[in-house]
Parts: sequence; structure tokens; C-alpha cells
Amino acid sequence: MIDGRYNKILNVNSEINKNNIELKESDELRRDNVLKEVTNTFKKNKIAVIGLFFIIFLLLIAIFAPYIAPYDPYAVNLDLQFSKPNIRNWVGTDVFGRDILSRIIFGTRISMLIGLIPTFISMIIGIILGLLSGYYGGKTDFIIMRIADIVLAFPSLLLAMVIMYTLGASLLNIFIALSIVRWAGISRVVRSQTLSLKKMEFIEASKAIGVKNWNIMWRHIFPNCIPNLLVLFTLNIPGAILSEASLSFLGVGAQPPTPSWGLMISRGKEFLLSAPWVSIFPGVLILIITLAFNFFGDGLRDVLDPYMKY
Amino acid sequence: MAKFIFKRLLSAIPILLGVSLIIFILLNVVPGDPITLMFKEHIYPEVIERLRREMHLDDPAYIRYFRFIWDALHGNFGISYKLNRPVTYLLLNAFPRTLVLALSAAVFSWIVGIPAGILSAVKQYSIEDYFFMGFALCGVSMPVFWSGLLFQYIFALKLGWLPVAGYAGVKYYIMPAIVLGWSSAGTIARLTRSSLLEVMQNDYIRTARAKGLRELPVIFRHALKNSILPVVTIMAIQVASLLSGSIITESVFGIPGIGRIAVGAIQSRDMPLLQGSVIFATFLVIIGNIIADVAYAFIDPRIRYD
Repeated sequence: MIDGRYNKILNVNSEINKNNIELKESDELRRDNVLKEVTNTFKKNKIAVIGLFFIIFLLLIAIFAPYIAPYDPYAVNLDLQFSKPNIRNWVGTDVFGRDILSRIIFGTRISMLIGLIPTFISMIIGIILGLLSGYYGGKTDFIIMRIADIVLAFPSLLLAMVIMYTLGASLLNIFIALSIVRWAGISRVVRSQTLSLKKMEFIEASKAIGVKNWNIMWRHIFPNCIPNLLVLFTLNIPGAILSEASLSFLGVGAQPPTPSWGLMISRGKEFLLSAPWVSIFPGVLILIITLAFNFFGDGLRDVLDPYMKY
Repeated sequence: MAKFIFKRLLSAIPILLGVSLIIFILLNVVPGDPITLMFKEHIYPEVIERLRREMHLDDPAYIRYFRFIWDALHGNFGISYKLNRPVTYLLLNAFPRTLVLALSAAVFSWIVGIPAGILSAVKQYSIEDYFFMGFALCGVSMPVFWSGLLFQYIFALKLGWLPVAGYAGVKYYIMPAIVLGWSSAGTIARLTRSSLLEVMQNDYIRTARAKGLRELPVIFRHALKNSILPVVTIMAIQVASLLSGSIITESVFGIPGIGRIAVGAIQSRDMPLLQGSVIFATFLVIIGNIIADVAYAFIDPRIRYD
């Protein structure tokens, strides 16, 4: 008798499992379709694809810099001071006879790290504060948003400069400065999205069945913000790269002999007439990397959020 | 309207207080004694003692902050360590140059950005469209200091049309204004284009065309008026970015404005001067935003004044 009952339960269980599997399959199918649609729309946007291609290309250069660079980026050779672009040094040498191409290749590492890491950290700060602000409202919202107002009131480069003054000029401190400066705009976007999502029925339902607040924020509100956040992330990267280059150019960022592109341009400006290549080529790379991220980000926005287009 | 302006001005006060607090904290936690930093250790300990007392450096931080706010309200930002002159004097002296640079850059960005955006939108997906949008994206993506150097190399060193650097006359401001305005022009052109494209899909545009209007009046009389609002908003945000950009532009072209002063103050670790210039620059941004808000309310009557 017990066996019979057990079998019944087993049968029911397998039925449920079958249903679950079917559900999962249809879920996956739908996800596949959405993914296909997204990649298709994206592929149609040729400029965005070119942007992505350049990003991957530059990432590979950054990763494999030691294997690609023809010379040591720090190797001083005063005999080769200010060589014009030639077969040995494709884009010439600088005041210390260092190979500019090798320095540009190693500089890709710095710019990629600066583009990705501080942007990521500021995204995390912005997301957390934006979620808290939008979800709890009231005093929490008031305090966080006033702080954001104050941070946004600063000309961002100036605030970064002051932070660099306090911390001292170094590459690591640029990471900190840029992370602190750039969260405010992101938190505003996340907050406004949280506010509109909070009123939706599925959030009300989660609240009604007693889901904890941080679970609602993390599992229900945050995933709905992801498409917008991806776009914001990509479009914030060029800004971070330009900020680093500007800080280094002004002498409050990376310090010599770091092969930072901004620093290289600044070192070359005194020799602009006699050796323009020292300043020009690193700038071309800055232009390419920021253009690539802007192209890619624009394409991403068209795909993920057709209403945000501008 | 007066009430609206008054309210906006009032709301700026807590922000300015917050800005000053953040700057004060950031600049006063700097490791190292400002006096030893000033004199690089060639100084007797007794003199250090006296200077510390004179500069009230031994007071608790909050008292120094309140003294700073009190002085700032009276237009006194202290005396520059390096230049030994009142910070307020130095800043007011530099301000006209920054203002001229930022304004001429803004004007350049409008007279280039808006027509470029309109042309791109009218001839969507044409060669002109791609050209203008490429021009715009380059402006947004190019570091100001690099385009500045390129301009100097081409137009000053090679062609000799314009002076390399300096601030002696109108001629000296042409290159800096174009370099600084380019990125804003790019943003404005992109925004004008997308905003105009969106408006052109409205029913009243079809109606205007259907009643036999030519394309030009349709664009200028019907579409442009409605699509210019977001452009005006972005102009407000541009004030801040123009000021940020002018920091670098001034350094490249040797114009001793607010930005150059701030950079110099960092390099010589001149705390009062840096403090004053940052607060002054932020004040300018806030004022710029208020002016833009008021202009926006003026253009769009739907925005309520309360």
C-alpha cells in the first residue's frame, strides 16, 4: 500500500518536472529569440559593429602588449632622440629616444583600465545609492540626491583635480578620483527608473507576499535597469579615458615615465614644431578609442532602448 | 517669474555650502604642513610657530571652516601662498578672460551646431548627414588639448594665420574658442538632429505638408520651434562642460583665466588660491544653470514658475 502511494507521488513529481522542463524550454526559446533580435538589429548598425571591432582590437593589444610592442617602452636611447617615423621606429621616437609605437601600445593598457575600472566602480556606487534613494524615498532620497546635486555642481575635471591634489598625483589615485566624481549622474538615472518600477504591480505583489526590501531591489528592480545601465556604462567609458588623459596632460595625473597617452602629448607639446609626431600619434589613439566606445554605445542604445535615442 | 528666479537662487545656497564643505575637507586633510610646503624646510621653527598662529592653523577644523565661510561671504578668500596677493583680486582679474573664452566658444557651438543638426536631419542618411555627424562625433571624442595642439601646429606654426598662444586681442581667442566650442557643437548638432527628426514624424507636420507648404517653411516654422527645447536644455549643461574644458584650453593657449589659475595653484600647492578658484568656478556653473533654467521657462510657457 505504501508502495502504491509512493508511486503516485513519484508520478505526480515526474509530471511536475516535465512541466517545469517544458516551461524552461519555452523560456529559453524566448530568450534565444530576444537575443537573436538584439544581435540582428545590432548587426544592421554597421558603425556600431565597427566600434565593437575596434574595442576588441584595442583590448587584445592591451592584453598582449609585451608581445606586440617592438621595443621596451621605457628603454632610453639618446642616439635616437626625435627620430622621424622610419622603418625601425614606425611612428618615431621621443625626447629620450624611446620608441613611441611601443609606448602607445603599452598606453592602451592604461587607457583601457582607466576606461573600465573607475567607470565600473562609479556604476556600482551610483546603482546602490540610486536604488536606495528611489526605493526608500523620504529622508534617504533627500540626503542622497542633495549630495548628488553637490557633486554634479562641480565642473567634474576640477573636482578630480582637487582630489588628485589631496591624494597626490599617481595612476592609482586617478582611479579613486574618477570613481568619486562620476557616480552622481548614474545614481540619478537609477533613481528615476526605480521610481517608475516601484509603482508596477509585480513589485507590489512581491511586497505583499513579504519579500524583503533588499531582495526586491536586487532581484526585481535592478535587473530591469540593466539594459539602460549597459548603455550608460559604455557611454561613460570615453569620458573617463578623456578625463585621465586631461589630468595627465595637466601634470596632475600619471607621472613620467608612465606611458599614458595624455602625458605623452603633454611632453611632446614643447617640441611641436620640430617633432610633431611625439604629440600627434598618441592623440590619434585617444580619438580612436573614444570614437569606438561612442559608436558602440550609440548602437547599443538603439538596440536596447529605442526611446532613449538622441 | 521673479518668484521663480528667487526660488532658484535660494536653492543654490545649500549646494554652494556643500561645495565649500567638500572642498574645505579635501584641501585640509592634505598631509603635510602648508608652511613647510611653502618654504621647503628652509625656515626656522620659531617662524613656523608664528606663521601658524597668524594663519590660525592651530584652531580646530570646524572653527577654521566657519571662519572661511564668514570670510568668503565678505568676498575674502585669503591670500595666495605663492603669489602673495588676495585670492579674490587674482580671480576677478582672471575672470573676464575665462568669460570671453567660454562665451565665444558657446556662440561658436550654436552657430555651427544648430545649422549642422538641421541640415543632417533634413537630409537624413545623405553624405552631408554623415559628414556633419562625423564632425560632431569627432568633436565629442577628441581631447581638447590634442585638438588645440593640432590647431596650433597647422594654423599657427605651419600656416602662420593666427598667433600660437597669448591673450592680447581678438585674434588670440579665435583658435581657443573653436577648439573649446567644437565638442559642444558636436553635442548640440547631434541633439538638434534627433530632436528635429522626432518632431518631423508628428501629424501636424504631415498636415502642414498636405496643405501645400514648401519644405523650408515646414521645417523652420513648424518643426524647428518644437524641436529646439531639448537643445536649450543641453545648452545649460554645456556651461559646466565649457568651464571644465576652458581649464585645459587656457593651459594649452596660455590664457591666464580661472582654469589656468587652478592648474597653477595645484602645481605650486597653493591651497587658498585653489580653494578660491574651485569655489568660484562652481559658483559660475551654478549661476549658468540658473540662467538656463530661467531661459527655458521663458521659452516654454508650459513650465510652471512655482
